[in-house]
Amino acid sequence: MDIANYIYLSALLFTIGAIGVVVRRNAIVVFMCVELMLNAANLAFVTFSRVHGNLSGQVASFFTMVVAACEVVVGLAIIVTIYRSRRSASVDDASLLKR
Amino acid sequence: MTTSTNLVFLIALPLFSAGLLLLLGRIADKWGHIFATLVSASVFVIGAMEFFAMQGREGEARAATQKVFEWISVGTFQVDASLLLDQLSICFVLLISGVGTLIHIYSIAYMSHDRDRRRFFAYLNLFIAAMLLLVLGDSYLNLYVGWEGVGLASYLLIGFWNQKPAYATAAKKAFVANRVGDVGLSLAIMIAFTQFGTVTFAGVKESASGASAGALTAIGAMLLLAAAGKSAQFPLQSWLGDAMAGPTPVSALIHAATMVTAGVYLITRSNFIFDASPTAQLMVVIVGAITLLFGALIGTAKDDIKKALAASTMSQIGYMILATGLGPVGYAFAIMHLLTHGFFKAGMFLGAGSVMHGMNDEVNMRRYGAIGKVMPITAATFGLGYLAILGVPPFAGFYSKDKIIETAFNAGGVEGILLGGATLLGAAITAFYMTRVIVLTFTGTKRWDENAHPHESPFLMWAPMAVLAIGSVASGFLLNSGSALVNWLQPVVNEHHEHHAEEFLPPIVVSAMALIVVAIGVAFAVLKYRSVPVVAPENVTGFTKAARKDLYQDSFNEAVFMRPGQKLTAGLVTTDYKVIDGLVRMVGWVVQISASSIRNIQNGYVRSYALIMVLGVLALVAAVWMVTL
Repeated sequence: MDIANYIYLSALLFTIGAIGVVVRRNAIVVFMCVELMLNAANLAFVTFSRVHGNLSGQVASFFTMVVAACEVVVGLAIIVTIYRSRRSASVDDASLLKR
Repeated sequence: MTTSTNLVFLIALPLFSAGLLLLLGRIADKWGHIFATLVSASVFVIGAMEFFAMQGREGEARAATQKVFEWISVGTFQVDASLLLDQLSICFVLLISGVGTLIHIYSIAYMSHDRDRRRFFAYLNLFIAAMLLLVLGDSYLNLYVGWEGVGLASYLLIGFWNQKPAYATAAKKAFVANRVGDVGLSLAIMIAFTQFGTVTFAGVKESASGASAGALTAIGAMLLLAAAGKSAQFPLQSWLGDAMAGPTPVSALIHAATMVTAGVYLITRSNFIFDASPTAQLMVVIVGAITLLFGALIGTAKDDIKKALAASTMSQIGYMILATGLGPVGYAFAIMHLLTHGFFKAGMFLGAGSVMHGMNDEVNMRRYGAIGKVMPITAATFGLGYLAILGVPPFAGFYSKDKIIETAFNAGGVEGILLGGATLLGAAITAFYMTRVIVLTFTGTKRWDENAHPHESPFLMWAPMAVLAIGSVASGFLLNSGSALVNWLQPVVNEHHEHHAEEFLPPIVVSAMALIVVAIGVAFAVLKYRSVPVVAPENVTGFTKAARKDLYQDSFNEAVFMRPGQKLTAGLVTTDYKVIDGLVRMVGWVVQISASSIRNIQNGYVRSYALIMVLGVLALVAAVWMVTL
């Protein structure tokens, strides 16, 4: 199988994730889309690791996973807190920063 | 030159007293007036002691100096705060402290109902200190300090009752008109410094003989401007009439006897400059001649007794200024007229104050009449001053004014005839308006207000008037006997007893002419004012209307200087607001508008931030891609 297809898939996943982040309102869905983008990046790392024949890409993908795990912990905590105080998980409702 | 250690006390004592009374405030209310009067009297005693000490010294040693401290010392330029008491200064010291003390005594009674009497006396002492510094300074710079000091004291005292807006305005007017003159004095000092590198009288006198005619004329003209401002001479005379807003003792001391004669002092002191510049002398003579007629004409139409006397003061100082412009022969006569005028005019002002005191502060002479019967002492002292100002022999004015008329005729040629004619005409008009004052005030029928109950003033008021009246009678004879004052002043004004100009007319003829015109003036006034309407008649000649309005000097000043000046400042304010501020405001406005449009990007929506981030990354990638290609 042509190795380029992995890159196409990675790009496709990343685009879907990015569009999801921009268009969706539900914080949980936005969060999932961010995870999708991270995983698309991971796929690209692993593919390039294969192409270059060394392990650097695979190591990088482990770092990404660690960062993603941390991000999930912090991010979910924020979402839950906002939901508790505002009874809504919509990111558009949490627009207090402009004031 | 003798060195003295007492001169500084002449200035320090009244200055200390003024500061003390102002700082202590109400605590000093009970004794402030007595303290100030004692200080003034002690200044007179010190001055008299110095005078007798001077009599005991001869020639060069007569003048005394005292260096108080080193004031300015820059490179080769040095000005000391030092005092000079010479034959000229001592005349002024005695006049200022003597008349000043009498007026202090008078004011104790005159101001007794005023709750701010202590402040009044503090200002009077401040005036005495500044005026003495003016006449005792040994350089133009020291004189300038005193010059400004008397301006300040005059301002404070004219506006003493500043709860009345008109009086506060009068004070401001006097101050502003004086500023114009002060600019002249400071310019004269600057020119003297650039030309001669020194500002002391002695230094300038030494260098003046070798200086260019242009520089001397410029200094002379600027000094004349200064004198015109302080001495209410044409064209800066308009403030003196309004200055009568001050309490009457102030009018007597500052605006009749002493401060307004500072211009005469300045010109006499600067005789070495005027003697070397005939152009400047001519200007002085012209200003003096114009003012003596101007003041006299204004005096004929004023119903306010103080304003009539103020116009007379203006006119009499015109005589003095004219005399100083006549060269070395004139200075001594100018000073003699200044001293005699100090007596009789201060006396008449105090008399006017006494009448006002008895008439509930009424100043309109049309509401007086027949006051001579109820206030005999005031009438007598005023009458003696009247005879003195008319120049009736043997009263004081006869000796001083006739000498000026004589000297004016002796100036020679057309100039002599013009000046002599002007002084004679002035004498006639003086006789007319002073007789008018006497007739309207002391004789005739009662035209009093219903509430007026005139009565003779208390002893503290009539005693100073009596002393001044004695001065009005005797001072001229004493100063003139054996040419006492002329000889006394000779070292200062450099008069060499040679009668270089031949006499135009013998003195006896001049005196006779003067007496005849005075008699005409008196007769005319007596006939004209046999009956006096209480309200000033409206159907009068255009000339009287003009004189009532100070010959339109105020209107002229307003039209030529004040309104264009106001327009100029209003235009500058508009320019400042519209152009300068407009630019500044435009910068702020541009920033505000651009910021509020850019602010829309910061809308608080996470999704739009994410979109911008994505677009940014895409742009970055595109840029990198472009570069690597």
